[in-house]
Amino acid sequence: MGLDTRRVETNVDVGSAGSESWVTTKLDFLVNWGRANSLWPMPFGTACCAIEFMATAASKFDLARFGMERMSFSPRQADVLICAGRVPFKLAPVLRRIWQQMPQPKWCISMGACASSGGMFDNYAVVQGIDTIIPVDVYVPGCPPRPEGLMYGIMMLQEKVKKERMADKSLRNEMEPDPRSQLYIPPPLIDEVSEPFGNSVHQTRSGL
Amino acid sequence: MATKTRTVEVELSTTGLDAQGRPQRVPLATDEAGNLVPLTPAPAVEPELEGEHMLINIGPQHPATHGVLRLVLELDGETVVRCVPHIGYLHCGFEKIGEYRQYNQIIPWTDREDYLNSPGNNVAFALGAERLFGVEITERCKVLRVIAMELSRLISHCVWLGTFCIDIGAFTPFLWIFQQRERVYTMLESWIGARLTTTLTRVGGMGADIPDGWTEDLANFVRTFPKVLEECSTMLTKNAIWVGRTVGLGAMSAEEAVNYGLSGPMLRASGVAYDVRKDFPYLDYETYDFDVPVGQTGDVYDRYLVRMEEMRQSIRILEQALKRLPDGPVNVDDHRLILPPKSKATSDMESMIHHFKQVMEGPRPPIGEAYVAVESPKGEKGYYMVSDGTSKPVRWRIRPPSFVNLSAIPKMVEGHLLSDVIAINASIDIVMGEIDR
Amino acid sequence: MSESFLPVLAGHAEGTEVAAPSTPRNIPYRDGTPNPSAEALRARFGEAVQRVDVVWDETTVFVDRARVAEIVQWLHDDPSQRYDYLSDVTAVEYRDVDRPIEVVWHLRSLPYRRFLRLKTLLYKGQPLVVPSVWAIYKSADWMERECYDMFGIRFDGHPDLRRILMWEQYKEGFPLRKDFPLRGRFSRSEQLRQILALNPEAKYSMEELSVLDAFDELSLEQRQRLRAGEKVGE
Repeated sequence: MGLDTRRVETNVDVGSAGSESWVTTKLDFLVNWGRANSLWPMPFGTACCAIEFMATAASKFDLARFGMERMSFSPRQADVLICAGRVPFKLAPVLRRIWQQMPQPKWCISMGACASSGGMFDNYAVVQGIDTIIPVDVYVPGCPPRPEGLMYGIMMLQEKVKKERMADKSLRNEMEPDPRSQLYIPPPLIDEVSEPFGNSVHQTRSGL
Repeated sequence: MATKTRTVEVELSTTGLDAQGRPQRVPLATDEAGNLVPLTPAPAVEPELEGEHMLINIGPQHPATHGVLRLVLELDGETVVRCVPHIGYLHCGFEKIGEYRQYNQIIPWTDREDYLNSPGNNVAFALGAERLFGVEITERCKVLRVIAMELSRLISHCVWLGTFCIDIGAFTPFLWIFQQRERVYTMLESWIGARLTTTLTRVGGMGADIPDGWTEDLANFVRTFPKVLEECSTMLTKNAIWVGRTVGLGAMSAEEAVNYGLSGPMLRASGVAYDVRKDFPYLDYETYDFDVPVGQTGDVYDRYLVRMEEMRQSIRILEQALKRLPDGPVNVDDHRLILPPKSKATSDMESMIHHFKQVMEGPRPPIGEAYVAVESPKGEKGYYMVSDGTSKPVRWRIRPPSFVNLSAIPKMVEGHLLSDVIAINASIDIVMGEIDR
Repeated sequence: MSESFLPVLAGHAEGTEVAAPSTPRNIPYRDGTPNPSAEALRARFGEAVQRVDVVWDETTVFVDRARVAEIVQWLHDDPSQRYDYLSDVTAVEYRDVDRPIEVVWHLRSLPYRRFLRLKTLLYKGQPLVVPSVWAIYKSADWMERECYDMFGIRFDGHPDLRRILMWEQYKEGFPLRKDFPLRGRFSRSEQLRQILALNPEAKYSMEELSVLDAFDELSLEQRQRLRAGEKVGE
């Protein structure tokens, strides 16, 4: 899985002798370590993936192992938005509003095929990937992803968080949408990523 | 101060609704100077606050709305005066996309529509399509489908129980019951390869026969599940907090429930013993021995009792299905409907033609229409299909039980407290995927 | 359970012995037995019953559009019919552009265990209006709204016929009509731009609630405040 546990040994030096204990480490490492292991998720569960998210949080898979058992149903106290399930157009402004209400630093996991790309819902009602509305850090494929898949996505996000540097100011820049169109990315790009692909191209004929 | 009472239409401070459903008028008084002042209420120990009603918005993203339901409530203090539900936040165009897919290709969509009950939906759709095609399925297939439907009823009620408990404030049953749910998922996975979105059936048969040893797993589950269920029941049924938070809420009388089109446990809790399995049977349900639990008052507590009893009855049906599971083929012997085995498709000319025709064109039913309803965990789930002789339906209509059940929520929550709205909403057992489709 | 409680049982109409139902087998395609209610409807309403069709043992009665509400009321009230449960209200548009749109009601009689499909035809080029059955069945409320939302069929007599699944300002038309393309009329970016331009907070105003049946009677100042999207109750 590529999780670098040796970094703990190289970065932390714990005093052994004497009555006073001390630790030396890099500030970046300490902050990131703390953040990565206590990500508070904001579950934006809409459809089937929300059920698998519930299963992930429940007894067998136990999300508490990742410091994520504290569901933050208020976006204002959340670190990571987990968008679990399809997002129709009617829900798009809601998702955007929730994302904008979350304070920095914040991350986003797009769980499942529908959230990531529109999935099998290539029709008039569904947003073809939430990355046209909000920025996404980790995409978890699957329809729906198994709990193990979601956990792998979470661990990838933890890896990403651990590699952040406070010196890099651009990390915390809030992306502002274009004030005229309210879109982050240019409309031709949205049309391009929303183009039907694969088998779905041929399944647009009614009848026969 | 001499007061003359006169009534003025002031909509922002309606005190409630009259029999016609119109906002009631608020009496105002004029003082000597002729100015309008609110009528002074009789002095009381606790001065009653009169004033604007409050609007509260719940959802679309709220943990207690079970998805993306939005309720706008008009409150007088803490009492709900009016409730306006807003839905459609999960409208994904299922019915439109069904017109562009062959019958077998629609089955994956039925998984994702009521996603707590995927195997049940698969079976329901296959039953509808089989009536449209005029196909009789095999005996083994019937029993396997009964097993699938009852298992999916169990997992759906498990989610209902877990989330209902969380809404009311009990966390433990959620953890217990989800452990059992995982066992069903494991079984489904070994049967068809997917946990949640099963795509279990095909028109004329099943996607796969059960693997070796599966029946032992199921027998083991059937033997041990009731124990956990009884533990949950012991914890809740006579729990003072539970009873206090559920009894007397959202009651619907039998006539109202029928008129509002409620179905499933919602209808039966109101004392109407209507179960599609008994009254319009399918899959030989009339030959299984099970009871239809009926509530008395139609409140939240009765709905809880009815669903708990339904789980026990599902276990009974599963036991009987296990005993009678016959050997024999699962799929119908008609390769215009069911794909021939892959090995034959590559060696036998006729099988290859069938394979090609089915994949490229799809089977074509005769011109006609069929409405097939089954008893889903939420209620009467109907699939209405209209065929014009092509391989894709002209219209695929889902009759969503929780859509109709939810439409009665303004009637149910009126006059109850804000916190009770959550309990009532949880008792409806809604699935937004099915409501918005 | 107390002694006095009597559940309402399906299939137990007074004075009739209804046999226990069983799973239908070998359903005939066209020559099934029609539902007895079809004959009764014909005897009672004559010309208003245009055609009776039996497909896969399900009886479809085509009725005159103007008399739908009357017929449904009779089916609901008559002691020999008692169709007390409305399963579904929907519509069907065929791929053949000249074929009329059909509005479909699925009715169930719980006491007699009967199932009946009523249909009425809406010819193209004429206004898509049918009578509402909301006054008879409260369950028709949302189903008629959905049918309006998806097909644009107006239900005359429905108290609150608004869009229900799509948002109020949806500009593209009625999605389930056959002339509506699968991916919508506008490009994806335009669809996204339109929905993001809607201010979700503005929808929390009293105005949208339609509580204000008497909005016009408010003072000018109140009306202006509401129009400006004031959120009441904060």
